[in-house]
Amino acid sequence: MDQHYNFAFLDERTKKRIRRALLKAVAVPGYQVPFGSREMPFAYGWGTGGVQITASIMGKNDVLKVIDQGSDDTTNAVNIRRFFARTTGVATTSKTREATLIQTRHRIPEVPLTEAQTLVYQVPMPEPLAKLEPRRQETIKMHALSEYGLMHVRLYEDIAQLGAISHAYDYPVMVNERYLMSPSPIPKFDIPKMHMNPALQLFGAGREKRLYAIPPYTPVRSLDFEDHPFEVQHWEHACALCGASESYLDEMIVDDAGSRLFVCSDSDYCEDRRDAGHVGTQQAVTLTPSPQEAA
Amino acid sequence: MYVAVKGGAAAIESSWRLLAQQRRGDTAVPELSVAQIRSQLTLAVDRVMSEGSLYDPELAALAIKQASGDLMEAIFLLRAYRTTLPRLGYSEPLDTARIALVRRISAAFKEVPGGQLLGPTYDYTQRLLDFALLAEGQDQPAVLDSVGAPEGAIAPPAPVPRINDLLAREGLLETPQPLDAQAPGDLTRDPLMFPADRALRLQALARGDEGWLLAMGYSTQRGYANSHPFAGEIRRGTVSVELVPDELGFAIDIGDLEVTECQMINQFSGSRDVPPQFTQGYGLAFGGAERKTMAMALVDRALRADELGEPRVAPAQDTEFVLSHADNVEASGFVQHLKLPHYVDFQAELELVRKLRQTHVETAQGSANPFNPTQQEAA
Repeated sequence: MDQHYNFAFLDERTKKRIRRALLKAVAVPGYQVPFGSREMPFAYGWGTGGVQITASIMGKNDVLKVIDQGSDDTTNAVNIRRFFARTTGVATTSKTREATLIQTRHRIPEVPLTEAQTLVYQVPMPEPLAKLEPRRQETIKMHALSEYGLMHVRLYEDIAQLGAISHAYDYPVMVNERYLMSPSPIPKFDIPKMHMNPALQLFGAGREKRLYAIPPYTPVRSLDFEDHPFEVQHWEHACALCGASESYLDEMIVDDAGSRLFVCSDSDYCEDRRDAGHVGTQQAVTLTPSPQEAA
Repeated sequence: MYVAVKGGAAAIESSWRLLAQQRRGDTAVPELSVAQIRSQLTLAVDRVMSEGSLYDPELAALAIKQASGDLMEAIFLLRAYRTTLPRLGYSEPLDTARIALVRRISAAFKEVPGGQLLGPTYDYTQRLLDFALLAEGQDQPAVLDSVGAPEGAIAPPAPVPRINDLLAREGLLETPQPLDAQAPGDLTRDPLMFPADRALRLQALARGDEGWLLAMGYSTQRGYANSHPFAGEIRRGTVSVELVPDELGFAIDIGDLEVTECQMINQFSGSRDVPPQFTQGYGLAFGGAERKTMAMALVDRALRADELGEPRVAPAQDTEFVLSHADNVEASGFVQHLKLPHYVDFQAELELVRKLRQTHVETAQGSANPFNPTQQEAA
């Protein structure tokens, strides 16, 4: 552990202020609490909100897992994990089941979480209404009045113009039937996992200086319409490495002919399955061109 | 067979080494020292201190060295260092009338009490490349006997009254007062919320990106917001910082700062209750920062639209727009975060676009009309 810095880098007063903001966030699920976000030794937009939350709630006995795009080994995840290892000396792991504290960007692990775990999300744009109304001064009022008609109209317009809702990630959700919330840019595939999750879910937006939370067992509902119900992504293929057909897949282009390899985005989940003897086709696939391109 | 990508840690370590090489450059050329940067790239150091919000020339010079001269990166390094420094207290307001002047000009009056002092400026240099500087060891400028301050202004400096104060005495210039007795907020402790009062706005502008302020200020001169400014006064020099420690109850001098201050005098306004008078915009930054403080003063004035009862018609008058995008540490971070992997979201979009394209084709085929342009395209 690097002795030049306080435990987890931030000074205790700052951590205390962040914890107080988190208590408020937990008390009002889905409400964005403004907080005195600090500059961190990471660039804004690179997880400073998540890092500040993790730093503020971490204890010496925590076991930390950090993922980006579902994987522990993406460079940004490696960087953040090493930062905490260096400034706290806590144990780190890539195993979802072993972790008490998981910081994530863009995914929720495939393995169900437990009451003993806390999931910390890195959030770039905490305001779900930002693309409809960029002024925070206005959106604060809209949240206060539960004035979310604009979002419903937006979703309706998508359906009218494109035939489907065009949010594939960062899909707007209602938390505890009160606040409209950005789930962060996780794919909509992961949103059902937020609903009534036993784990505490905390969200940090460092640059935008907002925190919010979903306490354990809180209802989270994706906005939809009766005749256009919410649905998650599906793939025609299974994971080429472990054969999973229920997980979120990454698509890779593996040769000049454009062959695609589909593998699990959650690297720990995939590894676990392979260790348990599951095997995929080990094959890349050629995508059939759409009828349009074929013609 | 494909193996899941591993090796992020090794790649990061190699990247550090390559970066160190890039910073050092050709090892046949002597290494640049922090002292050299501090004393020879002073305007870069000043900018890094201002936007880094920390008055420490040595650390700013170190940051510039570490960042290979990338000033925004240096600003970021300094901010990341200052972020956890404890707040020991708040100083008394700087008294810029008690200043050891390096430069002072007024564009509004030909002669002013305390005098005009051109000082070091690029303004009248005839921007011709000075090839003499290419020859090393030749750069030995003649030293002036009385660089800077005019006679009588050397320590302790005689007060140099601010032109705004002289105008205000006559009632010609409005003098904005704090709206209430509360101490000004501190945007490094609490998030900036809107509407923001002037104290907070000035804090945000002082650490705001020079380029952004320059462009915003420039836009007000070109008709985007109605502003007719005069450079009432620009002064640069050293002022003392005073603090009232709780234990003492009176102010003590804790050190000196070099600052540049700009007071813009703008078009008068008036109403039924207030006779016509000039209004003002204010800029202040560490060190030599004339461009920054002038732009800051223009933007400050533009952001006072609501307060002065002016219609808000231009981007530079929109507090939330201007201040939310002024911080280059925030802006640079978020723009560059696009370098981070986004495979998961891109995959989600791919799946969606493929599905929408499929639907599109099916719909086009369904309506078998020979004049359907969609179908023609498809064929």
